[in-house]
Amino acid sequence: MLRTEELLLNVGPQHPSTHGVFRVIVKLDGEIIREAIPVMGYLHRGTEKLAEDLSYTQIIPYTDRMDYVSAMTNNYVLVHAVEKMMQLEVPERAEFLRLIVMELQRIASHMVWWGTYLLDIGAMSPFLYAFRDREIIIDLFNELCGARLTYNYMRVGGVKWDAPEGWIDKVRKFVPYMRDKLEEYHNLVSGNEIFLSRIKGIGKYDAETAIAYGLSGANLRCTGVDWDIRKTQPYSLYNRFEFDVPVRTGGDCHDRYLLRMEEVKQSLRILEQAVEQFPAEGETMGKVPRVIRPAEGEVYAAIESPRGEIGCYIISRGKQEPFRLKFRRPSFVNLQILPKLLVGETMTNLITILGGIDIVVGEVDA
Amino acid sequence: MGEDAVVDAFINEKDGHRPYVVINSSRWTQAALTLRDHEELQCNYLRNLSGVDQETHLEVAYHLLALGSKREYCVKVKTDREQPSIPSATPIWPTANWNEREVYDLLGINFPGHPDLRRIMMPDDWVGHPLRKDYEPLDPEV
Repeated sequence: MLRTEELLLNVGPQHPSTHGVFRVIVKLDGEIIREAIPVMGYLHRGTEKLAEDLSYTQIIPYTDRMDYVSAMTNNYVLVHAVEKMMQLEVPERAEFLRLIVMELQRIASHMVWWGTYLLDIGAMSPFLYAFRDREIIIDLFNELCGARLTYNYMRVGGVKWDAPEGWIDKVRKFVPYMRDKLEEYHNLVSGNEIFLSRIKGIGKYDAETAIAYGLSGANLRCTGVDWDIRKTQPYSLYNRFEFDVPVRTGGDCHDRYLLRMEEVKQSLRILEQAVEQFPAEGETMGKVPRVIRPAEGEVYAAIESPRGEIGCYIISRGKQEPFRLKFRRPSFVNLQILPKLLVGETMTNLITILGGIDIVVGEVDA
Repeated sequence: MGEDAVVDAFINEKDGHRPYVVINSSRWTQAALTLRDHEELQCNYLRNLSGVDQETHLEVAYHLLALGSKREYCVKVKTDREQPSIPSATPIWPTANWNEREVYDLLGINFPGHPDLRRIMMPDDWVGHPLRKDYEPLDPEV
């Protein structure tokens, strides 16, 4: 019988398909992976430790740098947790602005995922399409808060900046534009036979495994589990809008792909309703004490980020700084299933499966 | 489970009336199995696992969720600062695996029964556990 010697191969940390500085050590038998050992921590900045010396408002920019592809949802989870702790009311206009930017962010984040995932698999042009359209959202954010990636937009009790004149109209015009483009994306890629043969039936797992591994977001919903925190434990204003949570049952990379595309469509639906109901005037900051000093106690708040459940666990001892701040990072938790999925797969599928999980390494390492 | 299993239990009103239970660490494995498998609890989803340095002692907080009934609990297990050790929850909820490694790395809590307890964020030869309140960096410039 023909035998090949076991080969040890390092994938990353500097490799474009690892989406950051993430490394996998793979033990190969020919082209088949026998074992995969993820190595991380290259981007660990000790956010949780740093936060213990910062006031709550000062921590907000640090959350931007965790999941830098989806900074708005990260902003939200922190301010939401503090508001929950201090039982603060947020003015309606501010909450609307937050919801609009979060849904725009979800679309932008899925665009990055879609573009880079196809780039990983070998299709160059979708990346250019995705970044062309994501640019519109980035420009909208830039106009709103002066930053393209690290927004530092939300505050405990509201948002930092009100929408400039005509901004809501731009969002309104963006919705039909994006709908049209989404159709274009599907025509361009979703039926492509080479693409389908690369992702169909790859990286399959069932609902029981997904729950045991604590997966969330599209990684959980692709196995038939109907769990989206926006619906199941509504926060912000999500219970005011009509939208569906797409669920599929195949549990493979193809299902995760279709789910994320469908989520963009649903986000557009929410945006369409939100700009219609947007209050014409109102405050953008609630009544917040000058110094934010939550009373002794602890809370856990979780929201649905584009990657899954992002949570914030705060323990306060009545000081301006949190005694302990812990982020539940969806990328970190979702990535745990990777070594299990890779055993017995070929090297080419490593990239397909890793990309399908949709990680941001800034969030994995925090 | 034994009468000494539950050390303390209360409702945290601020946290959306979430029930908090403090479990004796020697009974933790049994309690975790009950939490997951008891037909009225069915906490099949471990949302979040965090280690905390409370200065007088160390503790780990487990945020549990029953996906079916949407019920939520926060379970805490306390351990002593000198020889911190809590039975691993990885055999019960595989998602605890990397989370426990992170707690081990940053707070130095041991998890007997964990399949692969190594540092995960810091380099393997790092000295000390950065999230401890009394942590002093080897080189203050870093």
